[in-house]
Amino acid sequence: MGPPLWRSHVCSRRITIDYLVFAGQRLLQATLVMFVISLIGFSIQDNLGDPLRELLGQSVSEAEREALRDEMGLNDPFFVQYGRFITNAVQGDLGTSYFFKRPALQVIADKFPATLDLVIGATLIIVLISVPVGVYCAIRPNAWLARAVMGISIVGISIPVFLTAIFSIYLFAVTLGWMPSFGRGEDLVEIFPGWKTGFFTKDGFAHLVLPCVSLSSIMLPLFIRLIRSEMREILESEYVRFAWAKGLAPKRVWFLHALKNTMLPVVTVGGVQIGTMLAYTILTETVFQWPGMGFLFLEAVNRVDTPLIISYIIVVGLIFVVTNTVVDLLYTWVNPTVKITGRGR
Amino acid sequence: MNKRMFGLAAGFAAAMMIVGAAQAKTLKMAYDADPVSLDPHEQLSGGTLQLSHMIFDPLVRWNKDHGIDARLAKSWKRIDPLTVRFELNNGVKFHSGNELTSTDVKWTFDRLKVSPDFKGLFTIFKELKVVDADTFELVTTEPFPLVLNLATYIFPMDSKFYTGTDANGKDKGALVKHGNTFASTNVSGTGPYIVTSREQGVRVEFKRFGDYWDKKSPGNADNVILTPIKEGPTRVAALLSGDVDFIAPVPPTDLDRIGKDPKVDLITMSGTRIITFQMNQKRVEAFKNPKVRLAIVNAINNTGIVQKIMKGFGTPAAQNSPKGYLGHDASLTPRYDLGKAKQLMKEAGFEKGFSITMMAPNNRYVNDYKIAEAVASMLSKINIKVDLTTMPKAQYWPKFDEQAADMMMIGWHSDTEDSTNFSEFLMMTPNKDTGKGQYNGGNFSNAELDKLTLQSQGMTDEAARIKVLKSIEGIAYAEAAFVPLHWQDLAWAAKKGVGAEAILNVMNFPYIGDIVIK
Repeated sequence: MGPPLWRSHVCSRRITIDYLVFAGQRLLQATLVMFVISLIGFSIQDNLGDPLRELLGQSVSEAEREALRDEMGLNDPFFVQYGRFITNAVQGDLGTSYFFKRPALQVIADKFPATLDLVIGATLIIVLISVPVGVYCAIRPNAWLARAVMGISIVGISIPVFLTAIFSIYLFAVTLGWMPSFGRGEDLVEIFPGWKTGFFTKDGFAHLVLPCVSLSSIMLPLFIRLIRSEMREILESEYVRFAWAKGLAPKRVWFLHALKNTMLPVVTVGGVQIGTMLAYTILTETVFQWPGMGFLFLEAVNRVDTPLIISYIIVVGLIFVVTNTVVDLLYTWVNPTVKITGRGR
Repeated sequence: MNKRMFGLAAGFAAAMMIVGAAQAKTLKMAYDADPVSLDPHEQLSGGTLQLSHMIFDPLVRWNKDHGIDARLAKSWKRIDPLTVRFELNNGVKFHSGNELTSTDVKWTFDRLKVSPDFKGLFTIFKELKVVDADTFELVTTEPFPLVLNLATYIFPMDSKFYTGTDANGKDKGALVKHGNTFASTNVSGTGPYIVTSREQGVRVEFKRFGDYWDKKSPGNADNVILTPIKEGPTRVAALLSGDVDFIAPVPPTDLDRIGKDPKVDLITMSGTRIITFQMNQKRVEAFKNPKVRLAIVNAINNTGIVQKIMKGFGTPAAQNSPKGYLGHDASLTPRYDLGKAKQLMKEAGFEKGFSITMMAPNNRYVNDYKIAEAVASMLSKINIKVDLTTMPKAQYWPKFDEQAADMMMIGWHSDTEDSTNFSEFLMMTPNKDTGKGQYNGGNFSNAELDKLTLQSQGMTDEAARIKVLKSIEGIAYAEAAFVPLHWQDLAWAAKKGVGAEAILNVMNFPYIGDIVIK
């Protein structure tokens, strides 16, 4: 299968009426998706368990429980509760966490920087390693090193994140004593109001290493393999052959002509993979006691902190929907040959 | 010249500070969770009580031998069947600098009486009468033997500190289950530690209170840092790598590893939480027959469960009351006899057996779902086919309340550290109006047991009371009211040199104020 045409011919990038209509549709869809997410998120809360169990001690009488349930509005019919929720939600109020006793959105916002640190660290590892290694494996597919990388990457994909995490803690923190075993450390720098990061201090950085490596352990092999196979395809294409025929230097062919075109699909996949990355932060953060959103979510589920659970679902849903919409809009803009759905062309 | 002098002085001061810092001892500890609130009355839970023992002090507290030690109350005396008079220690200061008086105790007591979680325990009390600044009386509505047990729950709060309105115009003393109150984030107690910073779910930092009243306390940890570490393996790794000094609980899978490590001490104790199965007589006709219930108890090898599944991390039980409780009857021993169980099933006319449903949580008690699986397979030996469902505790408890399965697991710890609490909540005939038998999901009902339980609640003669409590356990044993499995053990681990053992007890209230670090 040869590469699709658009890779070699990028056409005009004018914003047309069609494009605006498409963008409008896309935004409408995104809003609809968010609405559905809120409805689903809200409707599962009844199956999560009884929040009062976590709030009250064992000696509390049933009458007391009922009174509190009434006070919290948990006895109202579903649509009354949902109506109340959505009315507040459109005003930016997703409820108050039972455990933290603060607005759920605020709690999530507080934990967001920790997760962002982790995601940035893991992304850096993935980008800095997967690109050179992937390119190498594509250029020298038969070298023993390339074969070894391919073999190891299969193993890497198959080992669950929590196993990598626990193993690395025991090896690097307990046995060797090189790395701290849990948490973010005490020495954090505030780079924006509310965003404290561990990247700029020795202690903070040391705490970041193991969690970031663990988090990247699944995606890294995936991207190495993806870059390798995309690049190999491109290297077979007509225009690369033409470049060789023109007598261009190998470096120029590989890194300018071939790599550039390899990256387009890789970046697209990367955008979609942000979601997967968020899912893996839940595991990584739990094992490392990392005070981020993922760990917060798991704890909220254990405590049946429903406002926090729903807020997390909505925030993560929003991240998904926004990234996907932006990727779609950019993609169609960059590459108008992709059919704009619903226009019958 | 002046400049040089200044430089010298500054250097000297800096050197002193370094020496000072070297001497300041910090205890880093990791629990599986951190306290929900700084308000001691918001939730009745182990976490809240552990925190209360750090930032407050109770009137009296439990010691290692299940006895009661004086704390803020230096002495007490029963002056009539309904009244116990307490004397407070002199010169006790709150963190705010206010002095502790009987008025603070009364204020705290009145707040407990309206706390959703605690008021159940305190309904027996009519009032707290202030006699003078250092003297007060606890008055009950009827003769009550457990006044001191409940006094362990009274951690006097600084009434002056909590009176008035906060920045939002709300009452500082307000007690709200799910709200951001002044008391949930601000605290003034008499305890050995002051909270210096707190990020919920991440860390709490404490500093030793300079004016702590108990000058005899040997405790020497100047600072304490409490970090919740949820995952057992991570908690253990944090201890073994030296990132923390003291952890609780220790996951049973790591007991061996920690026990063998020369750098750390493992401390275990037989606990007081009983793990049981209830046999619902309303759902299964056969369970109404005591022979069937006895057959089930005889078919379950709970000693084997403790050895194989719990890896010895538990004490096999045949009754509710653990050793040390007044009602504990040493003559009641686990009975596993498959032959007898089969015989009993035959006598009851169920030789061919029957099918039942069973439910158990999978993240509440140590190895809960594995225990349930073992019990289910043991019951198949007497031809009882079990359809087992396990689920996370959050979903399990609503099912438990609905009595959604024929056999359900429940673990219980007595809030009063007394035997009556077990029979009142787990074995008395369920009654919505009185609230008795609230967790009796087996619907076991025995008039004699009901009568004895109520009687034991009003007996102040301890010797006579012990007899009654033992006979309650006797009835439950003979009738096989429920399936007793084991008492869960407790385990902590600390770096060598951290004197953890001396401050630990079976209530799982580490008295951090008294910890000595070498």
